[in-house]
Amino acid sequence: MKRYLLQRIGFMLITLFIIVTATFFLMQLLPGTPFTNPEKLTDSQLAILNAKYGLDQPVAIQYIQYIGNLVQGDLGYSFQHEGRTVTSMISDRIGPSAFIGLQALVIGAIIGLVLGIVSALKHNSLLDYGSVTLAVLGMSIPSFVFAALLQYYVGVKLEWLPVALWEGYSSTLLPSIALSVTVTATVARFIRSEMLEVIGQDYIITARAKGLKENQVIVKHVIRNALIPVVTMLGPLAVSIMTGTLVIEKIFAVPGLGEQFTLSILVLDYSVIMGITIFYSALFIFVVFVVDIIYSFLDPRINYKGESA
Amino acid sequence: MERKRKTQIFMILIAFVLILSGCNFNSSESSNEESAAEGEAGQVLNISTTADIPTLDSTKAHDGIAFTVLNNVNEGLYRQDENHEPIEALVTDHTENEDKSVHTFTLRDSNWSNGEPVTAQDFEYAWKRVMKDASPYNFMFVTAGIKNAEAIMNEEMDAEELGVKAIDEKTLEVTLEAANPLFQSLMTFPTFLPQNQKFVEEQGDQYALEAENILFNGPFTLVDWTHEQGWKYEKNEDYWDADTVKLDAVNAYVVKDPAAGVNLYETNKVDRIVLSSEAVDQNKDDENFDTILEPEVIFLRFNHNHPVLGNKNIRQAVNMAIDKASLTDVILKNGSTALNGIVPKGFFKSPTGEDFRDLNGDFNTGTVEEAQKLWETGLKETGATDVTVSINIADSEDHKKVAEYIQAQLEDNLPGFKLDIKAVPFAQRLEIEKAVEYDLSLSSWGPDYSDPMTYLDMWLEGGSANRMDYKNAELEELVASARTETDLEKRYQMLLDIEKILLEEDAAIVPLYQEGAAVLMRSKIKNLLVHPTGASFSYKWVTIEE
Repeated sequence: MKRYLLQRIGFMLITLFIIVTATFFLMQLLPGTPFTNPEKLTDSQLAILNAKYGLDQPVAIQYIQYIGNLVQGDLGYSFQHEGRTVTSMISDRIGPSAFIGLQALVIGAIIGLVLGIVSALKHNSLLDYGSVTLAVLGMSIPSFVFAALLQYYVGVKLEWLPVALWEGYSSTLLPSIALSVTVTATVARFIRSEMLEVIGQDYIITARAKGLKENQVIVKHVIRNALIPVVTMLGPLAVSIMTGTLVIEKIFAVPGLGEQFTLSILVLDYSVIMGITIFYSALFIFVVFVVDIIYSFLDPRINYKGESA
Repeated sequence: MERKRKTQIFMILIAFVLILSGCNFNSSESSNEESAAEGEAGQVLNISTTADIPTLDSTKAHDGIAFTVLNNVNEGLYRQDENHEPIEALVTDHTENEDKSVHTFTLRDSNWSNGEPVTAQDFEYAWKRVMKDASPYNFMFVTAGIKNAEAIMNEEMDAEELGVKAIDEKTLEVTLEAANPLFQSLMTFPTFLPQNQKFVEEQGDQYALEAENILFNGPFTLVDWTHEQGWKYEKNEDYWDADTVKLDAVNAYVVKDPAAGVNLYETNKVDRIVLSSEAVDQNKDDENFDTILEPEVIFLRFNHNHPVLGNKNIRQAVNMAIDKASLTDVILKNGSTALNGIVPKGFFKSPTGEDFRDLNGDFNTGTVEEAQKLWETGLKETGATDVTVSINIADSEDHKKVAEYIQAQLEDNLPGFKLDIKAVPFAQRLEIEKAVEYDLSLSSWGPDYSDPMTYLDMWLEGGSANRMDYKNAELEELVASARTETDLEKRYQMLLDIEKILLEEDAAIVPLYQEGAAVLMRSKIKNLLVHPTGASFSYKWVTIEE
């Protein structure tokens, strides 16, 4: 196990390094400058600014400098927000994104699991059809439609929850609910089809033949086995949802990271693009790693020894 | 044993995830109640804004949001009044030498929010700081004609050589390259605000990053600034003109989605919002609905090296073949208005009080038949039978709509004209434009200061905003004379003539429309000033009348 972990961590670092390198060079291909009001900059001003920020150096040199700083944990300064470090921008904004995302994940996973399990157990019943229909709707209607509907009906018409802005716990609810719809639908569909598959397996027949109670069969054998693929899917879903979603954050005026990422690409804020990309990738790689470890708890057939990597 | 270990690792992972997701709401819960209570208090303005403040350092600020905040929390030599004209702020007396190149300002007694007096040295320090750091708006010093600014900007001279000097604590002397009729009006621009040297140096690289890292000397102080969420102003009791300020507080909320803005307006959370064009139809019957003109202009650049587009008759034909009114009223519907000149309507009055646009009238308007006649002549002159060109645009929704409309109009109205649309990211559009590697380009221009010149001197040969290889010797001469002409009426006539050369004589571009905004603002809000350049708003004179 220990050897496996070390190996994995090594691969994670290599992956991250490749991502950093690729992003750095691809980003240089984007036209334009990271400076504000490019419409008004004269060529001589531009040259002075480029020199000031080291952008007049060959790309290879800039790359080595960047990696050097990165190793020391320095992500540099934003071009758009004069004087602010990229680290502080990320740490300021990941909180709201993660909170809404995690809350959506919890809501979505719980409702999704219940819906999925119930419809698998009552296969081909009205309940099953009902929840499948709901799941399909949830998958196919984009979350921003729910967001707009929730904002108007719950926020403006009923005045139960704040319309938007980030002012205390109550304002996290609508964005979380809007985000959770996709999670609910995905989880419900997944768990349903997995359970139906597992129920047909030989080991379930064995379990029943051993005389286990139906409850035990379902909980210990069916659900546990059906959860494995759900965990695979939930990991990356968690990352994408926790690191912020542009549209939901915009609609509810949440000061999150997703919106910042999009904006930094549009204005070519080099250091912010790099910083957020690295942060996202690291988080993603880490979560995939965590998911792999969780496997070994869920599925006794998977046992990590060094060679299994 | 194995199982126990696994459980341990699992618990550690869970703990890690929980730490990762740790989240604070700042002081949000309490501020929520606070603002609800203030809602009833009366003299409080709640506004929405589209983005966070990029920086509060007046020497580095470069956008309307930062300029607006600075304009309301700081005080410079002059301030814009309701006609965007300069009125005395910290200045009590202003004298000039004979040739109007040396200006001496006497400052009134006033204090920074830390109790220290605002001095002439504060101006000298801040201005030199702009030049030293090659800040984004250092060109304003060149526009203002301050001595040596251009040389410093081109790194031929040291920032210390800038023509500004504190004679004593209350006397500031500014030397210009030559007389400049715009000088006083430019002094309202936030880049010319003072800074307290001791404080700035104490703060170091933390200066102006948060509300507590900056000093105030204006009508309001910034008491709370939460990045990406909003900020709050409170009346500054120590402001020299505090009696004039009626508002107790202003809450600014960052709202990027226009639809969310409408919903916040409906729930009384904000008092003024800008509507997107989709929301205009729904709200245009509201008693608080209004459209306002904005100073940004949208126009087409021609590549003047193009064998066919280089012909004046062809350019004039293109001008006339586009029905601009339908573009703004049917296609865009966002408060913008058709424009037949380069200087927009509603912002720039002559010394005798008449609008620039009314004085110069419309250029190159005509019927489709007239356009076709010019088109025929132009084709004959250039020896072409048909023209296939492309238009360079930024890939925004609005610009695509406009380009498609222009394509339809030109292809329908001018026989043999074929237009391809090339949509690229904004930054690339600009690069292509600067290299003059296009046929037609859909461009926009916003003013830097409150004077028509900001739309007129951009057409100088070799100027960084020309970007179409246009040249006219007469225009060059007129711009040069207008820059130093201190007889305001004569100067204004020159400005009118420059536009005539650009459009009547040369039909060098196609003006399309002037941006506008559709807004909803509660009628209880009075005297909110909206400015075309520099700061977008002044809250100093706002009152709430329930």
